[in-house]
Amino acid sequence: MQMVNNEFKPKIVAFCCNWCSYAGADLAGTNRLQYPAEVKIIRVPCSCRVNPMFILRAFQRGADGVIICGCHPGDCHYTTGNYYARRRMTLLFSMLDFLGIEKERTRLEWVSAAEGQKFASTMSDFVKTVTELGKNKRLEDLRCKK
Amino acid sequence: MDLKEQVLIMSGVDVRKCMACGKCSGACPSYNEMEYHPHQFVSMVKKGNIEPLMKSESVYKCLTCYACIERCPRGVEPAKLIEAIRLLAVRPQGSNHIKADDIPSLLDPELPQQAIVTAFRKYSK
Amino acid sequence: MQRIGVFVCHCGTNIAATVDVKAVAEALKYEPGVVVSTEYQYMCSEAGQELIKNAIKENALTGVVVCSCSPRMHEATFRKTVAAAGLNPYMLEIANIREQVSWIHKNIEEATEKAIILGRAAIAKVHLNAPLTAGESPVVKRALVIGGGIAGIQTALDIAEAGFEVDIVEKNPTIGGKMTQLDKTFPTLDCAACILTPKMVDCAQNDKIKIYSYSEVSEVKGFVGNFDVTIKRKARYVDENKCTGCGLCTEKCPQKKVPNEFNLGLDNRRAIYIPFAQAVPKIATIDADYCTMLKSGKCGVCSKVCTAGAIDYKQEDSFVNEKYGAIVVATGFNPIKLDKYDEFAYSQSADVITSLELERLMNAAGPNGGTLLRPSDKKHPHRIAFIQCVGSRCDDGKGKSYCSKICCMYTAKHAMLIREKYPDTEVYVFYIDVRTPGKNFDEFYRRAVEEYGVNYIKGMVGKVLPEPDGTLTVRASDLLNGTQLNLSCDLVVLAAAIEPDKSARPLATMLTASMDTNDFFTEAHPKLRPVESPTAGIFLSGACQGPKDIPETVSQASACAAKVIGLLAKNTLKGNPCVAHSDELLCNGCSSCEKVCPYGAISYSDKEFRINGKMVTRRVASVNPAVCQGCGACTVACPSGAMDLNGFSNSQIMAEVDAICKW
Repeated sequence: MQMVNNEFKPKIVAFCCNWCSYAGADLAGTNRLQYPAEVKIIRVPCSCRVNPMFILRAFQRGADGVIICGCHPGDCHYTTGNYYARRRMTLLFSMLDFLGIEKERTRLEWVSAAEGQKFASTMSDFVKTVTELGKNKRLEDLRCKK
Repeated sequence: MDLKEQVLIMSGVDVRKCMACGKCSGACPSYNEMEYHPHQFVSMVKKGNIEPLMKSESVYKCLTCYACIERCPRGVEPAKLIEAIRLLAVRPQGSNHIKADDIPSLLDPELPQQAIVTAFRKYSK
Repeated sequence: MQRIGVFVCHCGTNIAATVDVKAVAEALKYEPGVVVSTEYQYMCSEAGQELIKNAIKENALTGVVVCSCSPRMHEATFRKTVAAAGLNPYMLEIANIREQVSWIHKNIEEATEKAIILGRAAIAKVHLNAPLTAGESPVVKRALVIGGGIAGIQTALDIAEAGFEVDIVEKNPTIGGKMTQLDKTFPTLDCAACILTPKMVDCAQNDKIKIYSYSEVSEVKGFVGNFDVTIKRKARYVDENKCTGCGLCTEKCPQKKVPNEFNLGLDNRRAIYIPFAQAVPKIATIDADYCTMLKSGKCGVCSKVCTAGAIDYKQEDSFVNEKYGAIVVATGFNPIKLDKYDEFAYSQSADVITSLELERLMNAAGPNGGTLLRPSDKKHPHRIAFIQCVGSRCDDGKGKSYCSKICCMYTAKHAMLIREKYPDTEVYVFYIDVRTPGKNFDEFYRRAVEEYGVNYIKGMVGKVLPEPDGTLTVRASDLLNGTQLNLSCDLVVLAAAIEPDKSARPLATMLTASMDTNDFFTEAHPKLRPVESPTAGIFLSGACQGPKDIPETVSQASACAAKVIGLLAKNTLKGNPCVAHSDELLCNGCSSCEKVCPYGAISYSDKEFRINGKMVTRRVASVNPAVCQGCGACTVACPSGAMDLNGFSNSQIMAEVDAICKW
């Protein structure tokens, strides 16, 4: 189903914090800014709620890219959450090569509630990068497939 | 590499940190001897206007007393800029650099070790 | 197994134009657990909400998924709807198929497919939803204000005005703070005492306000609505209830050589003292460091002259326990110490003074009775140099990297006042930039230049040289004229940077309120919540949050009071039920969660567990739901997986991930 007309359509999971990035995504919608439909957003209270396990789980279940969006440094609704997210993701991303996953399949971005344009362009760019990388096969657990 | 970039690399100074308070020139004991004053060195380097500074007597009037470095509230270090510009003016064009690979051929067994270290420090900037 | 109802909204044509809503409803009908799946034109309308309510009742639904606009828009609406039908409001999930699907995609096929996937993810999440109830905690209708300067006074007065009890804790013997030391205030030049002392008296006379002077907060427990505070009342060796403030003791005390901190050490006071005539409360205090009676037991003059019998040499520190609903921090500021700035000769010459010292020298109640005289030889100064930004905007480790904000204005004020009172005195101001934003502020500065003839020179002073003849040579660059000046002056005034009071840092630790690198308290949001700390129930007033002048401090103090009143007006606090909780059986007591919690909501305690028939004591974490804000930082930090977040649990997010990746 993904390879309709030989065109590869990646599966992208986007974790967006409730206060900035999810609102930024809403703004992109309100302003009718298009970005690829491959992106599916999961709402979390804060970028620091994103457990590295969720990202690995997504790759295991066949996601081709995972992007985490949070408030800009210093603007976190919970004061320090995005700093925790930054540290955790830096550590996780640095270990992805070891797992055989290209680092480019993950990304951490700061998108504020006012940056609808940035949200749309970030997503378009990320989908483009992941599409170029192709299918994620390394971590996909075939047993998870129906 | 243009002159400004050379000066910045040789001195290791970040001229963008300057907030133009003039405290360096307020502290300078050679102020009246100089055509260009410490704060002008910073602002002219920032603009890339290096040649007039190289030609000016001012680079030799600086006592390198470091009063400007000591007093600068932003840590800009004007004296290091002046020193770098002086080096630029003093060194003959073309042979103002030494690379680690060139050293063996220049080595003289009689040469004290200290001299090699000093030369390398001076010419590697 | 949940019984789930799916409700797909057309949103007129907003969704229906690009998403085949019928196909979405049809596709989601066959998801596990879904018993009813339908679509309607406007789900948020009265009729749409009725449709949901009826479906819940008819099909005995346990969970609801609404595919509609963003949850930021209508989550609250639909929560009320499901609650009206008898369901727990947290058994609802929303799939955002408007902002995230119909409005950003044009291809109907693609959009419909994405809407179905988002619907599936929401269904997968609802399966794992649990009913949540917001906890309630009572609010103690009493506020504590820490610091009795103009910020604390204004906040306390405003809270008392609304009918709530307020206590002020002030570490000095009198309230009033820095403003009592000022002579005149910009931009209107009215005297500080004339506008401040009536407010101090109001505080003392208001029966809702209690002043704990010469006291400090020593311990804070509890949380928003329910703080348990211990206040240390330092021994002042005078019975507060007996002392009438007559001041006889302060005249008779033989120990005359105590530096007077109110006049910044420019003159002396006695060992028993009342800081100044308008002090509130007007009660004498014995300085234990200088009192001969307390040190050697030989004197007792004050006790003999006191007709009220108020002197009590045996008094000890006492502690008061009190409960509060809200705490206001108003700890204020201090000028920095200038010992690291040798170039300005502050410690070498008595005639180099700080601006605050100049305030005292010019004040009628100051050491010279209001006549401006040089501290060294008590002569009238004929040329005065003001140096701005001493320690402000310094990135060199000696000073502060920020702009202290108030110096430009008070220097203009000083220059103007001196020129007005002593027209024969020349005044020079050395500045880097003159920063005067504020109502009537720039006009004020221009008046100093244009009407009063103050000489403003752009350029910083490099050195101040004390000369043998008692004058001071000020060496500075005059940047606009390209010269170096060597100006012979009689008095040099330094506009020292201001920093938060030293007591702020330990207080922040006690309150678990966050601070920035400069020890200013951090606000909950720099733009939209400027008077609240991120820690619930802690509020910020005045310069403890950042440099501020008096007008700004007073407006912030009143804003802070409004927030406190809003909290105290509630009988109970309804918490956000989406908070973290710890599984005590899984918790290994490592403290990782406690360290990442920005609110101090997690605490550890030893608890007994029955494991294999034996009683075992283990150290486990517990979350205070009244304090937790639900960010989830702890859930990721927890190595054993004991921490989880209500409403966004690990399993719920995993289920969403699985549903999205499956398609």
